[in-house]
Amino acid sequence: MGSILSGAEAAALVRALPGVDAVGLEARAAGLATRSVKKESKARAIDLAISMIDLTTLEGADTPGKVRSLAAKAIRPDGDAPSTAAVCVYPSMVATAAEALEGSSVKVASVATGFPAGQVPLDVRLADTEAAVRAGADEIDMVINRGAFLAGDLERVFHEIKAVKAASGEARLKVILETGELVTYDDVRRASWLAMHAGADFIKTSTGKVGINATLPVTLLMLQAVRDFRAQTGVQVGVKPAGGIRNTKDAIKYLVCVNETLGDDWLSNEWFRFGASSLLNDLLMQRQKLKTGHYSGPDYVTVD
Amino acid sequence: MFEYAPAPESVRPQIKEHYGLFVDGEFADAADGSVFKSVDPSTEEVLFTVAEAGEADVANAVAAARRAHETVWGPMSGAERGKYLFRIARLLQEKAREFAVAESLDNGKPIKETRDFDVPTAAQHFFYHAGWADKLEYAGLGPDPKSLGVVGQVIPWNFPLLMLAWKIAPALACGNTVVLKPAETTPLTALLFAELCQEADLPAGVVNILPGAGATGAALVDAAVDKIAFTGSTAVGRAIAKAVAGSKKKVTLELGGKAANIVFDDAAIDQAVEGIVNGIFFNQGHVCCAGSRLLVQESVADDVLERLKARVSTLRVGDPLDKNTDIGAINSAEQLERITALTETGGAEGAEVWQPACDLPERGFWFRPTVFTGVQQSMRIAREEIFGPVLSVLTFRTPDEAIAKANNTPYGLSAGVWTEKGSKILWAAERLRAGVVWANTFNQFDAASPFGGLKESGYGREGGRQGLEAYLDV
Repeated sequence: MGSILSGAEAAALVRALPGVDAVGLEARAAGLATRSVKKESKARAIDLAISMIDLTTLEGADTPGKVRSLAAKAIRPDGDAPSTAAVCVYPSMVATAAEALEGSSVKVASVATGFPAGQVPLDVRLADTEAAVRAGADEIDMVINRGAFLAGDLERVFHEIKAVKAASGEARLKVILETGELVTYDDVRRASWLAMHAGADFIKTSTGKVGINATLPVTLLMLQAVRDFRAQTGVQVGVKPAGGIRNTKDAIKYLVCVNETLGDDWLSNEWFRFGASSLLNDLLMQRQKLKTGHYSGPDYVTVD
Repeated sequence: MFEYAPAPESVRPQIKEHYGLFVDGEFADAADGSVFKSVDPSTEEVLFTVAEAGEADVANAVAAARRAHETVWGPMSGAERGKYLFRIARLLQEKAREFAVAESLDNGKPIKETRDFDVPTAAQHFFYHAGWADKLEYAGLGPDPKSLGVVGQVIPWNFPLLMLAWKIAPALACGNTVVLKPAETTPLTALLFAELCQEADLPAGVVNILPGAGATGAALVDAAVDKIAFTGSTAVGRAIAKAVAGSKKKVTLELGGKAANIVFDDAAIDQAVEGIVNGIFFNQGHVCCAGSRLLVQESVADDVLERLKARVSTLRVGDPLDKNTDIGAINSAEQLERITALTETGGAEGAEVWQPACDLPERGFWFRPTVFTGVQQSMRIAREEIFGPVLSVLTFRTPDEAIAKANNTPYGLSAGVWTEKGSKILWAAERLRAGVVWANTFNQFDAASPFGGLKESGYGREGGRQGLEAYLDV
């Protein structure tokens, strides 16, 4: 859905957003993190979390072989465990991933737009996006222009997201805010709204390539943003924390935040994702533990 | 909905079937053999029986405390007293889980709060005052501050262990000995604390614990003590002030409140909503400084209320020992009756009541979180302390009107201000007639920060350097 706002209108709306109280936001996130999720509810949460993973490999050393093995794991992670939501790769690996995932429920997600820094000309970023879509990507994970955002050129960021959205065609667009580079909660809120006004299908925290990636307070703030955006516009947007979520305990904290901030409407992989790689194995080990009553070990789940 | 399975706390403290009075380092039954029961407010089951102190027991305890003050605790160096207080603080930390569960059982408050707030904050209070014990002459209260002697202390049921810590830690640090009466409905953690004093080898008579009801408290006020420290209702506080008038007894009183929580249109709304919820629903609203009056700027009132109702709907009411419970049981049948009666006046006087849909357990004392909108300054629910999970929402148009409404109460314990504008916080704090003003937060406590009221909320401060003055002859 395209935005009906002009760049100037979107920038003005975003600049007028109320502030975020950092202490209060962090206290709320810490409070939600104390929820105790056990037994049946833990088992359900683990399967839900598995089904929400964008199983990711974003390395210079990625090869078709590596991507094929990741795809196989995404489809059938372990026994009767659900498939993950998607496999997330660089554009050059999209064709391989699409072939390996054909006929399965697992989507192909591709980072694009000069990931992770995005410091290339816009036409290159758009060409990058179009190539990924042509190669078979169902979802595009773009990065915003943090340089322009921090320089105050919100209109430019808005127009660039709109342009990538147009280039993505049918593919769902995840807009990576790189919250670790925006730093303040006020800016995370502004960037979230700017991206949603520009047509984002998902807002995503991080590339996983900088020092600070997804945190619980930042994700909670973005959950509040999508809640308020739907209340205002009727349009539902998804959220994807990415980077640094490595174990079941952490994943469950995120699900609790979704549950108590947004509820059922967002509790599926249509609207919430985890960008992660090592998280899957910890979920699988916890899943085995719940089934058998004893801990297994890393040799009882596959490396990729 | 993603339902959470029950997550009950598994530790069960050793609770005896019967407790005596703790006098002169030993447990003993009352002279007249009186006994009363303590019940679990979430199930109405009897937890244990306990001796009820009468006049003779009060006299014995005060005499024991006097002896201890004259022979041991008074002459002891501050550094030595500090060692005992550090030991008590460490023992409280070691037994934190046991104390948390016991408090939750006897009081009805959620384990989440006793575990994360009551017990750690109580331990912190002992640590903090242990540090003061040998530094009193540097507290800026005079060159050679002296202890007062024997202190009679009467505490409420809303934070049984924490109020005990607020009373006993500074009194002991300043060289006094104490006779403390816990509330009738919540003596358990005070009795466990008495056992802890034995374990810490605290000299006999320094701490005496006398469970009982109003008559025991009245006897303590009339006994040969040098000071009375009371936390509780304004009515009882007034009676105590009258009883000691004309005597040499010193008094500090920490009484009721009807705090205003003021939300300006430029506040961080989501965090303000959290603060409103914490302000009134923390500890079932059994908090003297609870933010029971929400004053919200009319221009943002609809937005704030919509968010508030959505948030209150997620609160989990039920088993206090479940780690996911946000709101536990009301402490007693009597308090439940009072909350119910005052809440009924709200509807009768024309306010609009809202409660979330939630199941309540069949047995025990329970009250749904309640929000009244359309409340006017003249209504009883805007004037009287309800001491329960009931919020009265009023609106204002200008900052001046907010301050005028906030101050228009006989109480003056606490207030909250929510705005992203620093200058407005300072402007409001200067004008609010309240002992504590929180900015962009609510219900925050620290041993280093003095707490106390203005007007009918009492006098004297607890905590911090200022709190020492209440237990010293300077």
